[in-house]
Amino acid sequence: MKTAQNAVPFNNDPALEEKLLAVIEKYKEEKGALIPVLQQAQDIYGYLPIEVQMVVAKGLDVPLEKIYGVVTFYSFFNLYPKGDYEISVCLGTACYVKGSRKVLDCLQETLGIEPGQCTADRTFSLDTCRCIGACGLAPVMLINDDVYGRVLPADIPEIIGKYQ
Amino acid sequence: MKLQDLNSIKERVLSDVLESTEKTRVLVGLATCGIASGAVPVMETLTALAAGNDNICVSKTGCIGICQYEPIVEVITPDQKKTTYVKVTPEKAEIIFKEHLLGGTPVAEYVVGTVLPSGTKEIATCLEETIFYKKQHRIALRNCGRIDPEQIDQYIATDGYQALGRVLTTMTPDDVIQTMIDSGLRGRGGAGFPTGTKWKFASGNRGNVQKYVCCNADEGDPGAFMDRAVLEGDPHAVLEAMAIAGYAIGASMGYIYVRAEYPTAIARLRIAIAQAKELGVLGDNIFGTDFSFDIDLRLGSGAFVCGEETALMTSIEGNRGEPRPRPPFPAVKGLFQQPTILNNVETWANIPRIILNGAEWFASMGTAKSKGTKVFALGGKINNTGLVEIEMGTTLREVIEEIGGGIPNGKEFKAAQTGGPSGGCISKENYDVPIDYDNLIAIGSMMGSGGLIVMDEDNCMVDIARFFLEFTVDESCGKCTPCRIGTRRLLEIMDKIVSGDATMKDLEHLEELATYIKEDALCGLGQTAPNPVLSTLRYFRHEYEAHIKNKKCPAGVCKDLLVFNINAHLCVGCGLCKSKCPTGAIFGSLRKPHVINPEICIRCGTCISACKQEAVEVV
Repeated sequence: MKTAQNAVPFNNDPALEEKLLAVIEKYKEEKGALIPVLQQAQDIYGYLPIEVQMVVAKGLDVPLEKIYGVVTFYSFFNLYPKGDYEISVCLGTACYVKGSRKVLDCLQETLGIEPGQCTADRTFSLDTCRCIGACGLAPVMLINDDVYGRVLPADIPEIIGKYQ
Repeated sequence: MKLQDLNSIKERVLSDVLESTEKTRVLVGLATCGIASGAVPVMETLTALAAGNDNICVSKTGCIGICQYEPIVEVITPDQKKTTYVKVTPEKAEIIFKEHLLGGTPVAEYVVGTVLPSGTKEIATCLEETIFYKKQHRIALRNCGRIDPEQIDQYIATDGYQALGRVLTTMTPDDVIQTMIDSGLRGRGGAGFPTGTKWKFASGNRGNVQKYVCCNADEGDPGAFMDRAVLEGDPHAVLEAMAIAGYAIGASMGYIYVRAEYPTAIARLRIAIAQAKELGVLGDNIFGTDFSFDIDLRLGSGAFVCGEETALMTSIEGNRGEPRPRPPFPAVKGLFQQPTILNNVETWANIPRIILNGAEWFASMGTAKSKGTKVFALGGKINNTGLVEIEMGTTLREVIEEIGGGIPNGKEFKAAQTGGPSGGCISKENYDVPIDYDNLIAIGSMMGSGGLIVMDEDNCMVDIARFFLEFTVDESCGKCTPCRIGTRRLLEIMDKIVSGDATMKDLEHLEELATYIKEDALCGLGQTAPNPVLSTLRYFRHEYEAHIKNKKCPAGVCKDLLVFNINAHLCVGCGLCKSKCPTGAIFGSLRKPHVINPEICIRCGTCISACKQEAVEVV
């Protein structure tokens, strides 16, 4: 957990909170509602800061520590915001044996950040993923919804340049 | 909805679409892999060109199966002649439209041809004629790439929901379970537990207790994507099979737990469930009987351990996805503490066919204890990558050398990895062992969900074992000590080995600890976590020893043991490497020997491929 990322202030937008409360209302009575609610809360806010978790805790009448436990358990949930361009390098087996680690190394070097982090200007965030199932194109990386297949370290400066 | 209605839908769709004698069908593979390769613009181009032409029907389909050739377009003319076009772009699509669809002459240049073991490209007109396909037997994948997954009518036209109809109107729940037992079907998700036996355990006290049917679509094994292909290409097969199971054990509710990383699969499942409910093949009083069954989706949130059955159920309940000790088994106390059965997507996809064709038909395929077929996701260092469904008992040699077309660039086969982080590496000495559940375990690997990753001489087996261990450490849920702490200690020893700091004593500790974890972890994830280490130690011990004793990585992968150097005698100072280096680690002026700064160099190997003089050496 990077303290620098904690410093990004939470922007409490009433319109978003209203949406979240509607989701909570919809699922309230359902068995096992917590995870679907958190998934949709993340769709609404982009991430799950403690402020959002508190709203969910109150709405579903679930202890905050249980919610925090669930949020930190699943890699899909983010406690911190992401960059405008979310870069994700596939480290699934097929990509790995075809050199995706080298692609990741090169991205870390180029952007100056580690996986899980976001650049200071919030332009890029870097993550790894385990197999998006496009193994025929290995090694694969994603920038938001754009898929780059058969990526070589030498391609990285040009690809990143497209988004700067 | 009556059972007879299925037949009228089937006849209509067959004559109007699937076997139309007037229309030419154009199928565009729109599974995730196709979309990632650019199939959407191809689809749009073809749809626009065909607009207003009643004799051409452009439709989407699921994964056609041969990933490296995406985007794939298939043309089926009214005489049922099929042509498979590969690596199609919008420009190529226009030419295909003009010359083939309007002109009647296939465009030979763009037609499929997989790589032959000789390294040459074969001549074929459609996928079915290629060596990649000929040895396959598609049951679970029967409709993938053939029908539009978003049209329930097309599923019905391939005898869809007939099995459910037959079960509900002519079989007792016990008959259904007996059929599953007789077929010999075993779970395709990894452990290979007999499906019928599992159902039987959960079948007691029908009608008096709430029971659940679950589908495990949390396909987290890196390198495996057959479940995704089924969900994206034939979602109704899963729904139909779950309803059959509901009838067999006496459950009225089913959940599909699907990874959030599969948005296309989720979207198609949602459409399929809505269509099935609308038509009445899901919901209340199906086919006019008193059997009712409903299905809902639950999305996974990126935790590999949730592929373990008890962890999956804990997650559906809204908790951290931690496994529970068994017994009690889910068949007794599962989801929400009620009797539950859970099967994997590929297992479900086999079931309607088993009901329609009979247990004997299914049991006639495969080996003594592993019946039917298995889908493998063939990837890594292999010419033909894709999904292959083969009969149990096929050998690795057949899969790699025939179906897969061998190893690219004339390299030597080193190992095949099956079973993902729970499995192991199979070396060349087991090339001719028939692949089935028991044989794979005997040689130190396991079937797993079916990833089959091929590695060549350039892959370091120590690095691969470390890679899988890093994965399990990352994904360990933390509940039991052997897995939470044990795998981390294993990884630390592996780190010492790949950085050249280990002694032979560490190797002993590695083996000892691996064995303890295998015996003592709580769930399947922990118990199998040491497998990649143990299997590579078994077949590639010399590579471990080279890292420890000689401080060398024979495959040239482990970075701490490598130094990149430019041979000043061979370097002509062309500057190619300098311009290609992604980190600017190479210095030198034109026509003078260049040098690499090891501090900046990330050892990616770009300079090696760039240099025409072969002046870059790894020492």
